[in-house]
Amino acid sequence: MRRVAKISAACIATAALALTATACGGTSSDNKSSGSSDSGKKGGVKIGLAFDVGGRGDHSFNDSAARGADKAKKEFGGDLKELTAKTSDTEADREQRLSDLADAGYNPIIGVGYAYATSMTKVSAKYPKTTFGIVDSVVNAKNTDSIVFTEEQGSYLAGVAAALKTKKDHVGFIGGVDVPLIKKFEAGYVQGVKATNPKIKVDVQYLSHGSDTSGFASPDKGKEAAQGMLDKGADVVYSAAGSSGNGAIEAVSGTKGAWAIGVDSDQYNIPGLAKYKSSILTSVVKNVDIGVYDLIQSVKDGSPKTGTNTYALKDGGVSLATSGGYIDDIKAKLDAAKQEIASGKVKVKTTP
Amino acid sequence: MKTLISRGTARFDKERLILAVAAPLLAVVTALVVTALIIAATGKDPFAAFSDMVTYGSASDSQVYILNKATTYYLAGVAVAVGFRMNLFNIGVDGQYRLAAFVAAVLGGALTLPGWLSIPLIILAAMATGALWAAIAGILKVTRGVSEVIATIMLNAIATAIIAYLLQPEQLGQLDNAGTLVSTKPLPTSSYFFTMDAGPAGQVWGFIVVAVLVGIAYWFVLGRTRFGFDLRTVGQSESAAAASGVSVKKMVATSMIISGAVAGLVGMPTLLNDSHQYDNSFPVGLGFTGIAIALLGRNHPVGIALGALLWGFLERTTNHLEFQGYDKEILGVIQGVIVLCVVIAYEVVRRYGLKRQQQRVGAELAAQASAVRTEKQEVAG
Repeated sequence: MRRVAKISAACIATAALALTATACGGTSSDNKSSGSSDSGKKGGVKIGLAFDVGGRGDHSFNDSAARGADKAKKEFGGDLKELTAKTSDTEADREQRLSDLADAGYNPIIGVGYAYATSMTKVSAKYPKTTFGIVDSVVNAKNTDSIVFTEEQGSYLAGVAAALKTKKDHVGFIGGVDVPLIKKFEAGYVQGVKATNPKIKVDVQYLSHGSDTSGFASPDKGKEAAQGMLDKGADVVYSAAGSSGNGAIEAVSGTKGAWAIGVDSDQYNIPGLAKYKSSILTSVVKNVDIGVYDLIQSVKDGSPKTGTNTYALKDGGVSLATSGGYIDDIKAKLDAAKQEIASGKVKVKTTP
Repeated sequence: MKTLISRGTARFDKERLILAVAAPLLAVVTALVVTALIIAATGKDPFAAFSDMVTYGSASDSQVYILNKATTYYLAGVAVAVGFRMNLFNIGVDGQYRLAAFVAAVLGGALTLPGWLSIPLIILAAMATGALWAAIAGILKVTRGVSEVIATIMLNAIATAIIAYLLQPEQLGQLDNAGTLVSTKPLPTSSYFFTMDAGPAGQVWGFIVVAVLVGIAYWFVLGRTRFGFDLRTVGQSESAAAASGVSVKKMVATSMIISGAVAGLVGMPTLLNDSHQYDNSFPVGLGFTGIAIALLGRNHPVGIALGALLWGFLERTTNHLEFQGYDKEILGVIQGVIVLCVVIAYEVVRRYGLKRQQQRVGAELAAQASAVRTEKQEVAG
């Protein structure tokens, strides 16, 4: 045994030496400097998209960003590269993802989700000629466009709609993870409900807590939570939970007379949810696609957007979807509420 | 007769060495073949993938990434291995290191002491938290007979909830200026651990030195002290250990506490060298990675190091495979296949070795018996 230990120690030492010897060699970006030239197509934009957990196909937040990029690619031509986060990611993985895109000549590079804030601060400093974009967070760098939304305002309208539509004076809110971003949704929704009818009971539930981000990508958890609320008597359930919301919508569609409120994308028009669309009252649309598209367009035009760009209710950054026509009957009241927010008469809270 | 025996042991050692090398070799080759088949089944060229992994993984910035990742993984592997040597399955490393890192981050953010004082304090606080959290499971096991597997799984969930409760803007957390990320108060720069600059490749975390020291301590305490001997004895046979005067209960509690203290270190490279704060993007699930790495490394201090480096290499290179258009799930597949192959290969080689040994001992005994017989005949003659 001792000899085995000795020999393996010797192996390690050699390996370590070899490692230090080669460490003087090139970095991965030197090795493949050809990466940027082999794109061939000139004139188009090379869009790098780094998704949050869930990625394309979550029918919600990531998909909304993907739509913006797809639209830009169709109009301007070029290349779109997508990478997706894993739940086990560390800072180093996110940095690698962004650096890989920058090395390969992608410009702009968009981090979808606040998780990219720290890594983007580092990577954007390393690649000053590349334009970066971050959704849902603020990165203070000269070459970065911080795309933020007033989720609480859209959610306030959803709260008004829920309060007007509930028959049992009991509604629910499902949040993916109890992070500050999702609490904005909760704060706005609850305020909207209470402003319309203070007697209505609001159930609030988060699917996962703190560093456990599984709540954004577990339709089973969403379904269970929604079922629990329905069983307790709620008849309108609003979920801000990424792809977990799909499960909540599925559960709601199984109860007659109950409504689901979707989030981020207009979920009535998402093909994957077509089976349940008669239960989707409306969706709080967060126009991530507009933010993403604006950034790509600005890069193509040669004057990249930078700084913090807030997409608010009054300029269409967030809105309530009307597909299906289920909220047409309360349109007047919703418009009035929207007007109050736009004029500043109603201030929507960002924390519950 | 003496020469016969010594010749026998020399041959025996050589064979043991060959067997020891054969097992991991067999595992890696099998894993490579299986992975190649899987990649081929997805309609891609496996050899192009392997060659990309080697080129990308050997670049200098990849090496830095791998060393930094391996530092964390090594500590996680050792924390789990301490329990394994004792036949304890500490699944709670995950909760222990997260709670420890959180407490250490809160303390570190509050301290305004010079670095030489605050860094050891932060590390000690982390180890103490990890040890205390593990001690709950240890004490439950020795006093109430609660399985440490169940207790530590529950404690993981409780740790998550405690952190989620305390890491709120109105508690111990603070919101960033975009209002989307909540974190503990960042550590002052004086509390940053040193790093080794590797030029454009990045920075190697200084905590790698601590990881190496932990490895040496692990090897020394388990292999060279009375305590380590007792611990291994209890792991192999509780009744035999009790018969030779070892208090099994005390050993169970102590090794659980040591495992927890090492687990407390797992989050430290990230906290002191990288993030300098605890927030929602703090890595999760390292405790489970540690289980896989301890299995890979056969609880051996050098083996765990190799396992940790391999894990880092795989993560680095498969991240890049995704960039090259391969499926991102390939990482999980490769890791799973390797762990399975290692476990199976070690068992196969162990059984083969046992069979060889039995045959050889049988043959030697037969030879001895015949030698004695001829000696007797000579005396008689």
